[in-house]
This record gives sequence, structure tokens and C-alpha cells, in this order.
Amino acid sequence: MREITLSQAVNEALAEEMRRDPTVFILGEDVAEAGTPFKVLSGLVEEFGTSRVIDTPISEPGFVGMAVGAAMTGARPVVDLMFGDFIYLVMDQLCNQAAKQHYMSGGKLTVPMVLRTNLGATRRSAAQHSQSLQALVAHIPGLKVALPSSAYEAKGLMKTAIRDNNPVVIFEDKLMYQDKAPVPEEEYLIPFGVANVKREGRDITLIATSSMVQVAEKAAALLAQEGIEAEVIDPRTIVPLDEKTLLDSVKKTSRAIVIDEGHQSYGVTAEIASRLNEKAFYHLDAPVVRMGAMDVPVPFSPALEDLTVPTPEAVAAKARSLCAGEMTDAA
Amino acid sequence: MAKPKTNTEDYLRMYAQMVRIRTFEDNANQLYLSAKMPGLTHMYSGEEAVAVGICEALTDSDRITSTHRGHGHCVAKGAEFKAMFCELLGKAEGYCRGKGGSMHIADQSHGNLGANAIVGGSMGIATGSALRAKLLGQDDVTVCFFGDGATAQGLMYEVMNMAALWKLPVIYACENNGYSEYTKTEEIAAGSIIARAEAFGIEAHQVDGQDVLAVNELTQKLVARARKGEGPFFMELMTYRYHGHHVGDINREYYRSKSEEKDWKDNRDPIIRFRAFLVEQGIATEAEIEAMNAEIEKDAAEAVAYAEKAPYPPAHEVDMHVYAE
Ligand SMILES: Cc1ncc(C[n+]2csc(CCOP(=O)(O)OP(=O)(O)O)c2C)c(N)n1
Ligand SMILES: [Mg+2]
Repeated sequence: MREITLSQAVNEALAEEMRRDPTVFILGEDVAEAGTPFKVLSGLVEEFGTSRVIDTPISEPGFVGMAVGAAMTGARPVVDLMFGDFIYLVMDQLCNQAAKQHYMSGGKLTVPMVLRTNLGATRRSAAQHSQSLQALVAHIPGLKVALPSSAYEAKGLMKTAIRDNNPVVIFEDKLMYQDKAPVPEEEYLIPFGVANVKREGRDITLIATSSMVQVAEKAAALLAQEGIEAEVIDPRTIVPLDEKTLLDSVKKTSRAIVIDEGHQSYGVTAEIASRLNEKAFYHLDAPVVRMGAMDVPVPFSPALEDLTVPTPEAVAAKARSLCAGEMTDAA
Repeated sequence: MAKPKTNTEDYLRMYAQMVRIRTFEDNANQLYLSAKMPGLTHMYSGEEAVAVGICEALTDSDRITSTHRGHGHCVAKGAEFKAMFCELLGKAEGYCRGKGGSMHIADQSHGNLGANAIVGGSMGIATGSALRAKLLGQDDVTVCFFGDGATAQGLMYEVMNMAALWKLPVIYACENNGYSEYTKTEEIAAGSIIARAEAFGIEAHQVDGQDVLAVNELTQKLVARARKGEGPFFMELMTYRYHGHHVGDINREYYRSKSEEKDWKDNRDPIIRFRAFLVEQGIATEAEIEAMNAEIEKDAAEAVAYAEKAPYPPAHEVDMHVYAE
């Protein structure tokens, strides 16, 4: 199968959906000629023109609010939010407006919009350009949240997001834009709420999102050398969450580590771990462990930044001690 | 050029400060190109007269807030090279112990409340600083630096409204360099920028940001009036950035022509213009100016060498400073 980058995959998904549905349009800063600073959207304005690939001023709450309004009245906007960190600027539009319209209207109004943005540290971009804020939006009922872990997922999930009748937030890992993966030429969609078992194993389940899927896979490879077989599962969407696949795996392996790049406290890992505890408690041989980013703003210095995110070695070490039945300080 | 002042020392310091900024940026750019600097950075080169003209009208107790393109403000407000280069390289002796980097340098000792990686993110901070001055009866003034692109942020209009209602000692300094990232200002800003301030009853001025004396003269007047409770004020400084939006923005002809860049560099450079003025007025000879330049280059080279060798912060600092004691 041909291989393309995550960036090309997103670009293809948008182009295909824009060809299919004339109500789909893109709104954001430097999305047109510049194709975004990451060059993810290059070429789209040439095909679809500036009326469907719209450069905005640096007015995030304004254009996200406009996307909500356009979505409520018949369009399918895809908003480009240049950095995930800017989600704080648009929280009211996203969480008070987009997320609640359908419910508040008793099902009469819908907001079929996509907010695509990114996550991920270790790019030496410091505290305001490195955050992984998926937990903030996953907390809000009415928003769906997708976390693609490769080019394949990025394309399939984006197409599903655009066709979904709800506001969907997609976080891409900005360090992965140039990573290649096999992506079919023919059209495909990836349904929401269906986890992907990336690697099968019987000893421990590593549930990892987005940037952490590669970390979990590398950890599993390290563990395999020692005879520990880790199962690696990528939920792909955290809202909706494919609980069944996660529970089935944990019931089989009896141990689990949940890994996500958001801050560890009050995060995605805590939510998933707690569901496993509630629903698979009697199958567990060890506490479910969370591994997230350290609870600090992301520091600039490479010497400090690299300490803040889970690494394959750290995941493998934790898995090893769980499998050995050692008491673990889960925090 | 504005009319000459008698204080030649002030002039020479202003010249030196502009050259220090340019030299700092040349070295920073070099560090990036030689892959010695982590991450990326936004160069201030070309806009030196704005930062220097304004900061030379301030004292150490006056505050500024800065932007992602903040090295110029930082130097102009009194910061020194060593701690700045250390910060750019993520070293422990940096202004922020390596935690902030290029986009977050703050220098409390000189009243620099910090650069900011959120466009428009410092407008509340600057206005709040001015509110504090008024509440506590202190006579310092706060200058809020931001770009033309930042005028699209709603926050600006919320805080200008309050600053005007409450007559706060804040000066909004809009550095209009013609571009917001890869987009021309006229494509992202409707109407007139200064008229927006005027709509709140804020006195607003447009000034040639390549003329350090014009900037300085205007700022001195506005600062003096702001201290007396006549603020807030708004300045739009017409200027130009020589490099790309950030150091990696090299192929940029699709949004900005080489001839336009050349025209600004050749005909409106703030340093060349001021240097010619100094010589013409007999304030300094060419030889004296060359000696000043050489001294500054030497300082910068030493600071870079120092920063390259300086140690990184120790691992245990990673979770220090999350909460204040
Ligand atoms: C809230 C926010 N939106 C977008 C960005 C990305 N960004 C960084 S600088 C910039 C352009 C800023 O233009 P301007 O204010 O004119 O300053 P200049 O870079 O020209 O000095 C943009 C869009 C950001 N850092 N923060
Ligand atoms: Mg600008």
C-alpha cells in the first residue's frame, strides 16, 4: 500500500469531503495561501478558492463562534486552530455554545462542525505552544473528541468527523505531521467509538492515545524481549469511548496502564483507569496505572522538557513491575 | 528626522541600543541556522527604533509587556546579553532559568513583565498593571507592545474600554510591520487601527517607527501626561520586520516580495538613518561609530560563547516554580 504523511492524509480527507459536499468549508489563520504554518492545507485554496478556504484575522473566539452559527444553519465548517493551546481562547464558543445547542433545543438544532487542532510537547515550543488539552473538551457533554495516532487514523477520523452531526474536536500530534503510514487509495472512514488493537498480548494492556501510541508500541517491543507480552490498544476517539474493547482486553490480561500526553492529574488517563476499575475490578491483578505528562507547565529547556512526557522506557519499567506483582506507587 | 536634542549621551545610547538589538538578533539567527538553538524564534530586526524610542522614554519602574517578537523590547528595557542568550539556549543562567525560552523572557529587574506566545495575550496584563499603579497611587506607566495582527483580538477592545473609563496610565503601542504571519495587514484589519482607539476616546497617534527620535519624542510626551493621569494613549508605529515571520520562514516570496524587503532595508533602516544623522550633526564620527559597533559585536560573541558552555538546569528544577511559596 502507498505511504503518505499524516499531513497529506488530513489534506486528502478535507479535499475529498469538500468535493463531495459543497457545504464543507475551512476557516482559520493562514489556512489559504500559506496552508498553515505546518503546511497541512497546502493546495486546498488552489482547488476550492478563497470562499471555501478562508483566512481569518487572529480572532479565535470570533471565527469559532461564526463556525457554530454557520453549522447551525446548514454548513459544515472545519475550523483550523493553529495550536491546541489556543483552545482556551475559544472555550465559551465551543463549550457553552457549540456543545449545548442540540440538547438545549430539545434536539431541534445541530452543530455539525469540526475543530481541528493539535497537541504534543518536546518540540521546544515552551509552555504556551506545547499542551495536550484533550481532557478539557472531553469533559464537556456534547463534544466528540478524536485523537488520531497515524496518517491512517487521521484521514479516516477526519472524514467521519466532517459527516458527524455534532461538534467534533480533532487533535493531531504536531510532531507526527511528517510521519508516513500506509493509507489506502480508495475511500474509507473510521467510525467513532471503535478502538484499534495495535498489538495483541496476554500479560498487560497498554491503552494509549495519539502521540503515546508509538510510545506504547515501543514499550511493548522492549517488553517482548523479556518475554512480557503487552497488548496495545488505541481508542482512537475518547468521546465516544469504546469501553468494550478496553474491558475485554483487561479481563484477558488483568493489568493495564493508560497513557496520554495530557497532564496526568484529572485527565484522560484517570477517566479510562477509573472505568476499568469500576467495570473490571474483579479481573484485575494489579492497580490500573495512569501515565500522563508531568503536572507542570511545559518547560522550554530540552533538559527539562524531555522529563515531562512518558517514554517507552518508563512505560516498560512500570509494566515490568506490575507484571512482577510489585507494589506500585500508582501516582 | 525630528529636530536634534542637545543631549548627545542620550543619542549615543539610543544608537547603541538599536545596534545591540540588531546584533543580538544576528547572533540568535546564527544559533538557529547552526542548529544550536532549540525551537524557533521571531526576529525583531528592522523594528529597533520602536522598542528603543519607547523604552528610552521609560524608567526601570515603568513596566512593559512584550510579544512573541520580544528580544528587542527586552534589550531596550535594559536586559543583558548573557542571561538572554542563556535563556534562548535553555540554560540555567537564563532570565527564566531556561523554563521560558525566546517567547517568554521576562526581566523583572527592569520592569519587563515578559514576552508572550499568545497573540494579544498581554493586553490584560498591561492594563492590569496600570490599574495597580492607579489604585496604589504609584506613578509608573505601563507600555503594552503588540503587533498589527493582535488588533484582531477581542481582549484589546475590552481592556481599552476599561482603561479609558478609568483613565489608566497605559500606552498601547501597536507595532504595525505590515504583516500578521504570512498575511498582509490590510487583509486582516478593516478600517483604521487608530480610529478604533479613538472610538473609546483614547488619544491615538500614528508615527514613523523607523525614526527613533520621532518615536522617543512622542513617547516622552505621552509618558509624562500618563503619569499625571491623562492616559491612556495609543500609538501605531509604522515599521517592518526584515526576517521571515520566524527564523524558519525563509521562502516567503509568495506573500512578500524581495524588492519590498530591499526597499525597506536600503531606504528606511532605522540604524542607518540614525547613524547618518549622528555623523551629520557632529555627534559622533564614523570611526567612533565603528568602534561602538565593534564593541557590541564583541560583547555579543562573548555572551554567545558563554551561553553555549553554560550548564542546563538540573533535573530537579522541572517541578520547581509551579506554585509560589
Ligand atoms: C492567540 C494566538 N493566535 C495565533 C497565534 C499564532 N501567531 C503567532 S504570531 C502571529 C502573527 C502575529 O502578528 P502581529 O501581531 O502583527 O505580530 P508580528 O509577528 O508581525 O510582530 C500568529 C498568528 C498565537 N501565537 N496566538
Ligand atoms: Mg505584524
